[in-house]
Amino acid sequence: MGRYVVRRLLQMIPVFVGATLLIFLMVNVMGDPVAGLCGEKQCDPATAAQLRREFGLDRPVWQQYLTYMGHVFTGDFGTAFTGQPVTELMGTAFPVTLRLTIVAILFEVVIGIACGVVTGMRRGRPVDTTVLLLTLVVISVPTFVTGLLLQLLLGVRWGWVRPSVSPNAALGELIVPGLVLASVSLAYVTRLTRTSIAENRRSDYVRTAVAKGLPRHRVITRHLLRNSLIPVVTFIGTDIGALMGGAIVTERIFNIHGVGYQLYQGILRQNTQTVVGFVTVLVLVFLIANLLVDLLYAVLDPRIRYA
Amino acid sequence: MRGARLARSAAGAAAVLALAAAGCGGGGGSGTAPGVLSASWGDPQNPLEPSNTNEVQGGKVLDMIFRGLKRYNPRTGAAENMLAERIATSDARTFTVTVKAGWRFSNGEPVTARSFVDAWNYGAGLKNNQKNAYFFGYIEGYDKVHPASGTQSADTLSGLKVTGPRTFTVRLGQKFSSFPDTLGYAAFAPLPRAFFDDHAAWLKRPVGNGPYRIESYTRGSEMSLRKWDGYPGPDKARNKGVDLRVYTDSNTAYTDLLAGNVDLVDDVPATQLRNVKADLGDRYINTPAGIIQTIAFPFYDRRWSKPGMEKVRTGLSMAIDREQITRTLFHRTRTPATDWTSPVLGEAGGFSEGLCGAPCAYHPGEARKLVAEGGGLPGGQVKIAYNADTGSHKEWVDAVCNSINNALRNDKACVGNPVGTFADFRNEIGRHKMQGPFRAGWQMDYPLIQNFLQPLYYTGASSNDGRWSDKRFDRLVDRANAESDRPTAVRLFRQAEEVLRDTMAAIPLWYQNGSAGYAQRLTHVALNPFSVPVYNEIRVG
Repeated sequence: MGRYVVRRLLQMIPVFVGATLLIFLMVNVMGDPVAGLCGEKQCDPATAAQLRREFGLDRPVWQQYLTYMGHVFTGDFGTAFTGQPVTELMGTAFPVTLRLTIVAILFEVVIGIACGVVTGMRRGRPVDTTVLLLTLVVISVPTFVTGLLLQLLLGVRWGWVRPSVSPNAALGELIVPGLVLASVSLAYVTRLTRTSIAENRRSDYVRTAVAKGLPRHRVITRHLLRNSLIPVVTFIGTDIGALMGGAIVTERIFNIHGVGYQLYQGILRQNTQTVVGFVTVLVLVFLIANLLVDLLYAVLDPRIRYA
Repeated sequence: MRGARLARSAAGAAAVLALAAAGCGGGGGSGTAPGVLSASWGDPQNPLEPSNTNEVQGGKVLDMIFRGLKRYNPRTGAAENMLAERIATSDARTFTVTVKAGWRFSNGEPVTARSFVDAWNYGAGLKNNQKNAYFFGYIEGYDKVHPASGTQSADTLSGLKVTGPRTFTVRLGQKFSSFPDTLGYAAFAPLPRAFFDDHAAWLKRPVGNGPYRIESYTRGSEMSLRKWDGYPGPDKARNKGVDLRVYTDSNTAYTDLLAGNVDLVDDVPATQLRNVKADLGDRYINTPAGIIQTIAFPFYDRRWSKPGMEKVRTGLSMAIDREQITRTLFHRTRTPATDWTSPVLGEAGGFSEGLCGAPCAYHPGEARKLVAEGGGLPGGQVKIAYNADTGSHKEWVDAVCNSINNALRNDKACVGNPVGTFADFRNEIGRHKMQGPFRAGWQMDYPLIQNFLQPLYYTGASSNDGRWSDKRFDRLVDRANAESDRPTAVRLFRQAEEVLRDTMAAIPLWYQNGSAGYAQRLTHVALNPFSVPVYNEIRVG
């Protein structure tokens, strides 16, 4: 187990370097960021040159990348055009998005798995068909439609919640955005759990457990669910990264100042430092989430543990 | 059965939790103090320094916390004395400025002549990376403080001299009679010593001398401004304060206005223009701003500058149905342009309705004739370049092309040429790489006709992106700048504008309006000529 973890950690290094290099090149190919800084006007050439020098934009890309990575390892992600250190932006953005992601994951886990179990246990019954149809609807409707619709109905028409989230983004305010963000994944989790449960219900160990006379909830939670959760856990694990990076749409709709917002601003203003910095951290989140998923396998299935 | 019940109760618990939490969220709501209004805001692009702020969002704040020597009347746009007691000159080149007594910054420091001179020297200095540095370019010694290349050889402008606690002199590099009228621009604001002593702390919470002081500032999300009771000026705040909230999307801000969570939105999104009348009634403001959209040409490209092309350019202008596009596409938030300035200047300030005349009117037949006479479109087709990332430029460029194609009876005569990002677009323009006409927008810095002409069309001027050059135009602008009699100066500028018309240096499209919406509890809401709300006059409740 220990060797497995070490090997996985070592594998993360080339992935990390490759991913950051790629995003660095992509952002740099977009052109000269300083050109857009002065609004509709032509930037005064002397100031532009000075800014370029200060941000290191006058050097070759490979050199920029090396210096950048060198700084990153000392915890310096550079400075955004607003004069704020990127680490400061991260300090405000990541906690917010993390909270949003947690809300979304909770929805996925609680509602998704619950619905999955219910439908999986009652395949073909009306409850199953209804939930399947609902998930189909959720999957096929784009997030921004769901988001804007919920915002309009709950926020403006009925006035149950505030249509936008305040800067401190308390957990309570994130319920609706979290649900919107989770919606598509939630449907997938339901379907995955349902299939898995339905499949494992007829397996020998479940029949044995039932024959032993174990109480039904024990059969379901201990025997059936534990084995059926492996694909679901994989999905949710990889979804953590996807949710954090993919929150751009949801964050824009509900005015949440998180990672998506910063990334969007960074791309719009061609702010290399912000974009590369945030993506670098997101890559790390992806990698760690994947590692955790693989370790969780071992917890769920002893066969993997001893392999 | 029991499994199902378990699942059901779990889902029920989640729903209860959700509702409870949502309730908390709703109750914890806006939390604005009485008499304080909340308004939408965008994240300023640059650090909030007066000489580094060149976009509307940062400008809003500067307008609330700073007062300069002059102030532009929020209704008429006229430059009026604010901190200036007197600005005297005998030769339109050396100006003696006297600062009014009794003004203070909100931290208690008095505003002196030095507050201005230090601020201007800082703004001009190359090492400070100030994006508005070129505003100080008229002042003598600018080339030492802000050389075109290399490092600066002086820290102070030789044209600025403090002659007393409240007086200083400004010597310009050339005659410029309307120079005092430019001093209402935010870049010329005074700065307290605190700015220089602890710059980082000042940026975290800027201190100025305006009717508001900043109570708290969370960068990227919210700024709370409160009425400053010690403000000595005549334009005191009529409300207790303003909370500026950063919105990522103007649609969300608009939704929040409808839901009653924000009081003032100063950018009604294009997608809502159709509903805005029904939603807000007369709480929707749509007034002209000092912004004009034009189509510029790359005169560095022989194909566009050779003799006879002025006919083609004029023909293109006559092929655009401005009236129809502004009505159907922009829902009348744009006004067809009939000159190269803006209605906010007023007739006395230099706006001349109809100066362009026939060349700016829709005459498809005439357009066809002129384009043919001028030798046809270069390469048989015009491609209008625009940036595709912001401002929904695609829609109107397509509409303009459509109109040109119809008029010229050739559906390949005009196509749009999108450029991915604004920075890229600016970059191509800056390197003079444009292959054809391109969209150009101009938002005035100060309400003077000079600002609509000189920076854009004078030979070698900072924003003359098409590198247009005409000796007659330059001469007229020089004469107008040297002329100390205001009406005469304006008349000369108008003559210069006629040169633009005769050669069609750029096609004027439309004047842009500012649009805003506000909640029922507000009154006296108005936009100034810069399309920024006049916050200090708004009354709450």
